[in-house]
Amino acid sequence: MSSGHDTIDIQSHIKVYMTVFAALAVLTVVTVAASYLDISTGEAILLALTIASIKGSLVAGYFMHLISEKALITWILMLTAGFFFVLMFIPMASFIDQAQLG
Amino acid sequence: MEIPYTVEERPDTGLYNAKLGIWLFLASEVMLFGGLFSAYIFLRFGAPVGAFHEWGLELNIPLATFNTLILITSSVTMVMSWASLKLNEFKKYKLYMGLTLLCALGFLIIKYIEYTAKFDHHIYPSTNTFYAIYFTLTGLHGLHIIGGMIVLYYFWMPGSKMWNSKPEQFTNRIEIAGLYWHFVDLVWIFLFPILYLL
Repeated sequence: MSSGHDTIDIQSHIKVYMTVFAALAVLTVVTVAASYLDISTGEAILLALTIASIKGSLVAGYFMHLISEKALITWILMLTAGFFFVLMFIPMASFIDQAQLG
Repeated sequence: MEIPYTVEERPDTGLYNAKLGIWLFLASEVMLFGGLFSAYIFLRFGAPVGAFHEWGLELNIPLATFNTLILITSSVTMVMSWASLKLNEFKKYKLYMGLTLLCALGFLIIKYIEYTAKFDHHIYPSTNTFYAIYFTLTGLHGLHIIGGMIVLYYFWMPGSKMWNSKPEQFTNRIEIAGLYWHFVDLVWIFLFPILYLL
């Protein structure tokens, strides 16, 4: 059960959760607003994915407590991220290859 | 026989077993959605220039934005339900878990409205490659929401009896369910811009 020290700790966490919630809500509105900017498709994709990555990091870092999680979980996720980027690179590589073949 | 390491940490991993288990499961989920994100890139590059954006103009951005806000809210209420248990406030836990389920239901209702609007306009997965991947990605995500709701409902109602006998183990169960729920939110954070805005 929670001790007095734990209670203070959790209450400070709750303040952080509320701040993250506000940041996520604002960033959602920013994402939509940014989609109406008069920029190229490449720039729009980069901007939208950057904002989504910030939002994702906030969820993973604070709601999922990754910021203070054990090293083993960090290693598992780094390995997963490596495979994920390989998966993303495969279709791009095939199109680069096709472009080179003309 | 008692299940080992449900509360105390295993000396070699530094984690209770369920936490390691859920993170390994989530890693496999990253690869599941990763495969479909990869398919999205493949189909987008394969479509005529600008076609994906044009096909996506039929989607309802205000409704999807509202749904994004609902899912973010559900993530906060989920983490608050866990924090309430940590503070020994069971009634608050019940309230926040109930709100999480309500948000999840709201999300599904809006998704239903979106889907039926598409079908009314004769837009199906077979319409073009954009809608093929749109229905696949949002459908799979929706199934994750439904699966999560079943688990959360169990912990909200019948499963919550465990709080009286094993409060620490119950709190850990809610943390594990929360990790899954936040992951589902995280996937939507990326689905929203790539499907609706780009």
